[in-house]
Amino acid sequence: MFGQMQRKTKKRRGDLPFEQDQSTRFLPWIIAPMVFLAIMSLAAVQMVGGVVESWDAQLSGSMTIQVPLRDSAAQEDRVARALAFAAATPGVVRAVEMEANTARALLEPWLGDAAADLPVPAIIEVKLAADAGLDGDIFSQRLADVVPGALVDDHRVWLDGLIGLAEIIMNSALAGLLLITASASAAVIYATRSGLTVHRQIIDLLHHMGAYDGYIARQFQKHFMRICARGGVIGSVLAALSLGAMFYVGRNIEATLLPPLTLSGVQFLSLAAIPVGTVVIALVTTRVTVLRVLARLP
Amino acid sequence: MLRFENVGMRYGRGPEILKDVSFALTPGSFHFLTGPSGAGKSSLLRLMYLAIRPSRGLIYMFDRDMSAARRRELAQLRRRIGVVFQEFRLIDHMSIVDNVALPLRVIGENPEIIDSHVREILSWVGLADHLNSRPMTLSGGQQQRVAIARAVINKPQLLLADEPTGNVDDEMGLRLMRLFVELNKMGTTVVVASHNEALIRHFKFPVMRLDAGEMTIKPQL
Repeated sequence: MFGQMQRKTKKRRGDLPFEQDQSTRFLPWIIAPMVFLAIMSLAAVQMVGGVVESWDAQLSGSMTIQVPLRDSAAQEDRVARALAFAAATPGVVRAVEMEANTARALLEPWLGDAAADLPVPAIIEVKLAADAGLDGDIFSQRLADVVPGALVDDHRVWLDGLIGLAEIIMNSALAGLLLITASASAAVIYATRSGLTVHRQIIDLLHHMGAYDGYIARQFQKHFMRICARGGVIGSVLAALSLGAMFYVGRNIEATLLPPLTLSGVQFLSLAAIPVGTVVIALVTTRVTVLRVLARLP
Repeated sequence: MLRFENVGMRYGRGPEILKDVSFALTPGSFHFLTGPSGAGKSSLLRLMYLAIRPSRGLIYMFDRDMSAARRRELAQLRRRIGVVFQEFRLIDHMSIVDNVALPLRVIGENPEIIDSHVREILSWVGLADHLNSRPMTLSGGQQQRVAIARAVINKPQLLLADEPTGNVDDEMGLRLMRLFVELNKMGTTVVVASHNEALIRHFKFPVMRLDAGEMTIKPQL
């Protein structure tokens, strides 16, 4: 009988019958979508950040000069003057004319075989030094003086617009992440307060027996840690499936401008930290809520 | 052990439930607390087990001024007080063993010591055959004995019982009272709140009587 009693005593989970508590049963189903949304938001921030970095690395410090075909006989001279002007400009590291076939190949996806018959302008790729500080407008005006009709495409101008757009997306996703964290905390606070009301009699009893507030708070913490972990696992699995599908589809998209959607190992770890962080937030929120309520008891 | 000095008690802005209550309990004493319904017995007991604070006056418990005691210290003092509630307050989802073990678990006692003490105390109150029963499967008298076992499991210095015989027949009431007397002989200070005049006369202990919040003490009958 003594052995049976010991087994019974060891099997107990805590003093409060949380398993009979209807008020917290919904919590995993609130935490799960929040963890899912948080992971997707952070993944979006990291992927957009990666795309911006990739654009920045590829397009920063470069310009393109177009020398339109006006007179076939003079075209070679016009290109040579443009190359010489670019090469002589301080801050320019390299100026190279793109092969005509390469330029035509860029048009083929849009124009098909007709691109071969078109008068394609000569294209000069200009690589700038990192600290060139070259003003694209002034460069363009001076080039037009040397080679009338020549156009300068400064990538930085439209890249800045794209980066601005990407930053708005990233900031919106971060704001979403903060809102999700606040909502999850509010849900835990509500459920904890509800639990405190439901189990008020037993809590009073424990208090009268001399239980420290921490003893009671720990029981709530364990319970909410378990249910938030359950919600975290569900949300993480759903997010992993969604991200997997996104990477699979993204890998098969052919787009010259859109770099591959990938995440580094550290970024994956930061995503995995979200369910862990959710549990930590639940633990802290529960403890603070319980201790604040218990502090009202004499 | 316990001293009240001009203690007054009111809830919110309501009338004063206790008025200038002053008394002292010496260690190892046994007192009855009686009086008509609404006289303030339950409030007095709640003040004694530190569930509420007085509106005025001073309470000294174990030579410590309660108005100056910190929260953690109050919790430690409560561990030296056993309470038998009128409505038992047993926890339905727990077995008898777990109910009785609760005060020891609260203080972080070793599980093996808890097991041996619980077995011993349940045997002492005649419930050794009901270790794993749930409270709701027991009779009123058995539940009362579980409540007593829980109140004394950590060997309190002060035992307070609120109408411990109110829900049982006379014979069971006498048996329960003998348990309290036995505890008192082991050195525990006991206060039993009761309406039962016959019971009070039977045991001949000093009586604290509350009438409309005012206390009078009759020495041993």
